[in-house]
Amino acid sequence: MPFIPHTEEEVKSMLEVIGVESIEDLFDEIPENLRSEGLTKVPEGLTEMEIGRIMRARADQDTYRLCFAGGGAYEHHVPAAVWEITTRGEFYSAYTPYQAEASQGTLQLLYEYQTMMASLTAMDVSNASLYDGASALAEAVLMAVRANRKSKSKRVLMPRTVNPAYRKVAYNIVHNQGIVLEELDYDVTSGTIDINSLPDEPGDFTALVIPQPNYFGSLEEVDALTDWAHQHKALVIAVVNPMSLAMLKPPGEWGNDSDITGADITCGEGQPLGIPLSSGGPYFGFMCCRQVYVRQMPGRIIGRTVDLDGKPGFSLTLQAREQHIRRSKATSNICTNQGLLVTAATIYMAIVGPYGLENTAAQSHNNTQLLMSELDKLNGVQRIFNSANFHEAVFKFDLPLSDVIRSLAAQGIVAGVRLEDDYPELGNCLMVCATETKSEDDIKGFAKTLATTLTRLQAAACPVQPKMA
Amino acid sequence: MLVFEQSRTGRVNAAQSAKKDNMVNVIPDNLKRKTRPLLPEISEMQAVRHYTRLSQKNFSIDTHFYPLGSCTMKYNPRACNQLSMLPGLLNRHPATPDSSSQGFLACMYDLQEILKDVTGMYEVSLAPMAGAQGEFAGVAMIRAYHDAQNGGKGDPARTEILVPDAAHGTNPATATMCNFKVKEIPTNSDGDVDIDALKAAVGPQTAGIMLTNPSTLGVFERKIKEIAGIVHDAGGLLYYDGANLNAILGKVKPGDMGFDVIHMNLHKTFSTPHGGGGPGAGPVGVSKRLEPYLPVPMVVENGGEYHVVTEKSRPQSIGRLSAFMGNTGILLRAYIYARMLGSEGMQRVAEYATLNANYMLAVLQKSGFEIAYPNRRATHEFIVTLKKQAKDLGVNTMDFAKRLLDYGFHAPTTYFPLLVPECLLIEPTETETKQELDDFMQAMVAIQKEAESEPEIVKSAPHTLPVRRLDDVKAAKELDLTYKGE
Repeated sequence: MPFIPHTEEEVKSMLEVIGVESIEDLFDEIPENLRSEGLTKVPEGLTEMEIGRIMRARADQDTYRLCFAGGGAYEHHVPAAVWEITTRGEFYSAYTPYQAEASQGTLQLLYEYQTMMASLTAMDVSNASLYDGASALAEAVLMAVRANRKSKSKRVLMPRTVNPAYRKVAYNIVHNQGIVLEELDYDVTSGTIDINSLPDEPGDFTALVIPQPNYFGSLEEVDALTDWAHQHKALVIAVVNPMSLAMLKPPGEWGNDSDITGADITCGEGQPLGIPLSSGGPYFGFMCCRQVYVRQMPGRIIGRTVDLDGKPGFSLTLQAREQHIRRSKATSNICTNQGLLVTAATIYMAIVGPYGLENTAAQSHNNTQLLMSELDKLNGVQRIFNSANFHEAVFKFDLPLSDVIRSLAAQGIVAGVRLEDDYPELGNCLMVCATETKSEDDIKGFAKTLATTLTRLQAAACPVQPKMA
Repeated sequence: MLVFEQSRTGRVNAAQSAKKDNMVNVIPDNLKRKTRPLLPEISEMQAVRHYTRLSQKNFSIDTHFYPLGSCTMKYNPRACNQLSMLPGLLNRHPATPDSSSQGFLACMYDLQEILKDVTGMYEVSLAPMAGAQGEFAGVAMIRAYHDAQNGGKGDPARTEILVPDAAHGTNPATATMCNFKVKEIPTNSDGDVDIDALKAAVGPQTAGIMLTNPSTLGVFERKIKEIAGIVHDAGGLLYYDGANLNAILGKVKPGDMGFDVIHMNLHKTFSTPHGGGGPGAGPVGVSKRLEPYLPVPMVVENGGEYHVVTEKSRPQSIGRLSAFMGNTGILLRAYIYARMLGSEGMQRVAEYATLNANYMLAVLQKSGFEIAYPNRRATHEFIVTLKKQAKDLGVNTMDFAKRLLDYGFHAPTTYFPLLVPECLLIEPTETETKQELDDFMQAMVAIQKEAESEPEIVKSAPHTLPVRRLDDVKAAKELDLTYKGE
């Protein structure tokens, strides 16, 4: 019996102690008419070897050579030690650290994680993570509505340069509570929010969301945007790529207004910090905030304290915010964090350190600039935004983009992310990304393959036109 | 020692990131970071040693019996981890075209089909990233359903969700997130829902009821069909919280009990790792009338090819709940586990989880412990109440729990459900041996003796762990959430 250790003799003696004849008797309180007739779509069980054969065949079927897609999930080198340690049984198979004395490993690690994230974002405090970047933004919106006592509005300004999937998730999670997410358009030349287009009298709103870098990879004028929001008594929710913060001004320092600088809540996707691409999950969402808002923050928070002997130790704290205590009045229904991913991210940050993170970010930035200059040389491909960017860029194709993507996929290359589905005005636009994992040869080889492919598709697209009758 | 206390300025792990010369940097000066973040500057070996040592301060399934009620801490087969991390699966970017992802999508599709069969529901979406998000999806679908009634005009009177008082805290919290009012339904002395109270509570304002069956009291709700009838007759829908699905896997299907929407906790029933508190995975299943509202993305099969479908082709969907496809790496682990168990193996899960729980109940009862629902058959878990010990000896449930740690066992769930005073909710799972259960129960008996003869040793436990009891009041009052240097 797979994963069940009982011998026949043991079962017999256990049944005797219980005082029943068979295991079936233990289900005697379940009404007969509810008993299932068995499973029809679940196949027979397999041995580990057999399922291994199936999984290897399926995994091999999907392998590609090169990936230039980003769009919220980025290929970075992950040191071998990260997942070797993360998948140790003591981390992998432990549960939520409710029994603090038996969970000091996980708790201390989470405290270290909170410290690292707070420092990276230059914010006061961090929680112990949320599900992913998109749901973290949804939670940040809910939190801002609770936290901003100066605004009675449930209106949040949401630029279209925020990852469209995040915007959808935020809407799906918050709209039932009467919160309105109002879109702000972007400038078509720069691909960023146009400061000058912001209204002088925007009316009461509770928060402005600022992405950095934004979904197109472009850099927003975060200082001016932060000041504008604060001048209107709104909170600033920063959505950032944590890897980029090794190079970019951290949200805690945004703004030039000396009274209130810095974002109020910072959230984002933690995947770039040591988490494999894995088809989009599991990743982890992070959230940091100002000290004054910590009681409005959702999710688990770890505090350092002392034990009976005065020895330092760690425990879950501020639990009165959470669903298992406050029930219908909790800050969120969230119950888990993404403990295992945070374990990996913490070990990742400890191993690469401040210099490693900076080098990785800088190389990703550099490689994307190289990729852009290579693609700029091609016919039938134009870069469409002129702002400075981090490690992504958008190009418009003269030929139908789906043909290009399909043709490159057949050659083992994931070309990038198409934008048309979420931005109808960006038809035939492809967003590309070259992280530190790409060599100069990879980048030049991609440009060359793309050139050949475009030439071939161009030739195929212009056959001798059949004469109209 | 904290990792930061081992840091020395200028120490670099060259093997992890070689610095290149002459890199291009187009970032404008006003957007640049000026000071480095305070990440540790330690060697790779220091990091490996530090986090290996930290891991050794944890209890886990791989090292300890972990009978945490309502959490289903069963063995996490290593094959599920290894095979889900094969390079072709691990390195797949979520933007990879479907045509280059047939192997991965086949696994997702197969898992949807398996879960449909196991739950008896009409259709399944794998999208939610955890149980609580599955709950959110379920209640959001109930709202979407009512909003679509009366030819799209909706049924705005339905403002209430009923929740039994024994429910998990996530149930009422979720109802609030979907802007429903929560009305609690009491439980009768046998642990079943109080039918008269339910009848009095339902009406045109009822949007639905959230139920866990078996309930968090460790008993099967026998009148579930009657409850379903009462709620359906009032125009409400039934939501099934899959927290305790392990108890009935392959034996009873929630769809047959009359539920309209359910979520599953794959990190419980399908043995994916708990990872120190996540990631989970909380797929949802629905009856036919809720099918249009399922969250996206979903995987469909068409002429032997698999495709991802989104809001575009499912316009009534409550939409996406994650940036990509949810916790797919966890879904893969659940799929591998399900295939290894197979149809017969799944039924055995429920059988042996129930056998282990009833055996423990019988032995502990004979050893003098008070069982909260002694006249009921235990499902996969049961409740011991230590209210006599607390009253007579001054030794409470938390003391027992902490002393169990000294004996090398993770404590059962304490003080939940809230209905039973001084309770321990014990769930052994099917993967534990009789020997392990016996050892745990001997420890319970030994602690009882200690409580009678030298209660101080129990009240001041644990004594053998890395720390003694922690000052939670200080932790909450003098918040220390980040290291700021000494």
